[in-house]
Amino acid sequence: MNDDNLTRLRIEYGKTEAMRFTGHLDLYKTWERTLRRAGLPLAYSQGFNPRPKINLSSALPLGFTSQAETIDIWLEDPVELDQIETSLRSAAPPGINIQAVSEVDLRAPALQTQVIAAEFEVTFFDPVPDLRERVEAILAADALPRVRRKKEYDLRPLIEQITVLPEDEQGKPRLHMRLTAQEGATGRPDEVLAELGLPPEASRIHRTKIHYAEGESV
Amino acid sequence: MVRTPHEISQKLEHLLPGIQKPGRYTGGELNQVVKDWDAIATRVALVFPDIYELGMSNLGMSILYEIVNNRPDALAERAYIPWVDMEAVMRSEEIPLFSLETRHSLADFSIVGFSLPYETLYTNTLNALDLAGIPLFSSERSDDDPLIIAGGHSTFNPEPMHPFIDAFVIGEGEDAIQDIIDVYREWRDTGKPRRELLTELSQIWGVYVPALYEAHYLPDGTFSHMEPLIEQAPLPVVKRIAPQMPPPTTRFIVPYMDIVHNRIPIEIMRGCTRGCRFCHAGMITRPVRERTVEEVVSAIETALEQTGFEEIGLLSLSSSDYTHVVELVNAVSESFAGRNLKISLPSLRIESVSVDLMEALKYNRGGGFTLAPEAATEKMREIINKPVSTAQLLETAREIYARGWTTIKLYFMIGHPSESMEDVQAIADLCKAVLAEGRKVIGNRAKVNAGVSTFVPKPHTPFQWVPCDTIERIREKQDLLKRELRGRGLKLNWNNPEETLLEAWLSRGDRHMAEVVYRAWQGGAKFDAWNEHFDYTAWLAAFDQVGLDPAFYTHRRRPLDEVFPWEHLSTTVRKKFLTEDYLWSQRGQTRVDCRERCFACGILPTFADLRRENPGEVWQCPEVKNKRVRVQKSSALIGANQIPISGD
Repeated sequence: MNDDNLTRLRIEYGKTEAMRFTGHLDLYKTWERTLRRAGLPLAYSQGFNPRPKINLSSALPLGFTSQAETIDIWLEDPVELDQIETSLRSAAPPGINIQAVSEVDLRAPALQTQVIAAEFEVTFFDPVPDLRERVEAILAADALPRVRRKKEYDLRPLIEQITVLPEDEQGKPRLHMRLTAQEGATGRPDEVLAELGLPPEASRIHRTKIHYAEGESV
Repeated sequence: MVRTPHEISQKLEHLLPGIQKPGRYTGGELNQVVKDWDAIATRVALVFPDIYELGMSNLGMSILYEIVNNRPDALAERAYIPWVDMEAVMRSEEIPLFSLETRHSLADFSIVGFSLPYETLYTNTLNALDLAGIPLFSSERSDDDPLIIAGGHSTFNPEPMHPFIDAFVIGEGEDAIQDIIDVYREWRDTGKPRRELLTELSQIWGVYVPALYEAHYLPDGTFSHMEPLIEQAPLPVVKRIAPQMPPPTTRFIVPYMDIVHNRIPIEIMRGCTRGCRFCHAGMITRPVRERTVEEVVSAIETALEQTGFEEIGLLSLSSSDYTHVVELVNAVSESFAGRNLKISLPSLRIESVSVDLMEALKYNRGGGFTLAPEAATEKMREIINKPVSTAQLLETAREIYARGWTTIKLYFMIGHPSESMEDVQAIADLCKAVLAEGRKVIGNRAKVNAGVSTFVPKPHTPFQWVPCDTIERIREKQDLLKRELRGRGLKLNWNNPEETLLEAWLSRGDRHMAEVVYRAWQGGAKFDAWNEHFDYTAWLAAFDQVGLDPAFYTHRRRPLDEVFPWEHLSTTVRKKFLTEDYLWSQRGQTRVDCRERCFACGILPTFADLRRENPGEVWQCPEVKNKRVRVQKSSALIGANQIPISGD
């Protein structure tokens, strides 16, 4: 492999209905296959068991959909951006929706280290008459002690914002939330729902935006 | 019961998040085919009666899916068996077994086809019908119920499943499925009763309709004969074959989750010329037909474009016997160099793994290099007709280790009644000898993994007369191996003897066995192929309820003149040939590869016309030049397809 020609690209994409139950590791596989179908010269690590050079941004919990996913890929040789975008669009499986492709500096920090917050939209299957009161109650709390995977933590400081949105066209209640997403301090929307006393499985959760640290443009 | 796709989807929306691996039940993968349900009248559900990860790895399912969906007048959708957590939820929420593509209940399909490559899928098949609300017994189905068909290697003796399946495909399914759909369409358009459909299906080459036959038994419980209940019912039913291997399937569905085989499977050859006497596949998949190197390479190219898979599996029963194997591996390696692909070539034969082939493969060495000596003494090798010399095996092992592989996997088989403890000891000794060769070459990095399976006498093979070893003796043999094969570099895998027994009961079962299958399922038997689910006591209880002795099926040496309950299904390998081969095995007499000399097993006389029409290297049987007159009966419905009559 000739490192002189190495280029790094950033792909913004949506993870939609067909892939909402595809986990993080399987998503790597799906991307590797997509890039092979697209005929792009994906770079691989050296060694006995070469791995594709792909780097995914923060993991999306199983069952969520998203319009704000990002992946960095490294190519052995430069390819025109337009051509990459066209071939990716035709090679992407149902469940991956290509939005934009751009070139990134090879020395730019890894994506997942730059994430600071994420925004989600929650749509409930059934009416929640006292939704506003429930939200106000947890926003008013000083601390929201919870246990996740046998670890105690306080959910409250991880909640940056919760807004009750107007109902959707089918009359389903909706919420918007912005949660902190940093290493060791990541707010999960399903935890917020549980704290609101609403079963997470009675809703759909969609990631609408990821916020990166200053200087990272996505 | 929840019935419409919309109702099923609404229920799933709430339920899937609480289920293990929900991706098994969502469909929507790349290359799945979704046709307009309302615009297409003949709807086929293809069911692999185990979980998604296994079913998605089955090549037969992919082939049939493509063939049916290529027809403008038909559609095919997939269904697999829900894992126990999902099944519990489906039963409590009254969700029927549904297809992945459009979430229609299986009961809404015209035809439901089950793939039955092995016997431990039988109870799951009943469970699938039950989950879909389809009557389990063929006799209880009405004109509104789907037609239930099944095919696959285990259906060469379909009798343990005879009351549950309307029609079996005996042999290769590529052409048979087309004929079945044609017959189904014509029947539906004329609005005749279901019985007519069954009669017409029985006229298709390779299709067996069990309801058209009555089984007769002798007072001692052994089989007497099969009586056709209508004049048109063929006897025997001759297996279907494709005269030439059809173009390979390339548009595989690409899963979003890890499955058993994450690869492009390309069959390079069908059948095997070796004649190992225990090998069911080797007897039933004759004649040997090969694809050309060009066809295989071009199929891989297309499949890669359509799937992007990271691995290619070049499949056959004995890949190193493929005529142009070195050329093939080199061509594949060169054509796809630099694309970070793994090429796997399973099923290599010790005596035909050349140094050239190892050289060609060494850049693709993944896990281990697998060889199947099956037996470790000359005596056992002669009995099973796999005469490999120990010297040759050790030399091959040395060459393999020298080319960078650190692990050699050796497959053996124990449990033939002629096998002594010395023969089993020899397996342990041979594994150690191979390890010693490895240590000479690469020191302590060398490993040997021994996989020791237990012999199951299979119908249509020269061992169909042979009893199984007793469970005590199998344990004794396994214990010896467990004692011997331990320590650095050695690993042993073996089968649970009770699971082997189940396979053995069902393999040579008759129609009475169907009642046992039914009772076992009622008693909770399912996922019999899964260690943690196999319920031996449910099976013993079922035998007890039906009043049958399991040992009758497994531990009885059948006399040479016994008539078997699967003889009305012809593999075209003649019983005379099998009998002779059985007697030869008792004398320790071996047969050479049948490419060297034709032993007139029966394939060629039956399919002489097909061979004449497909000359040259396409078949590995000798050429047939002279036009001989063969008796042939033409199908009432399908003029183009003729039913060959077995030449016994």
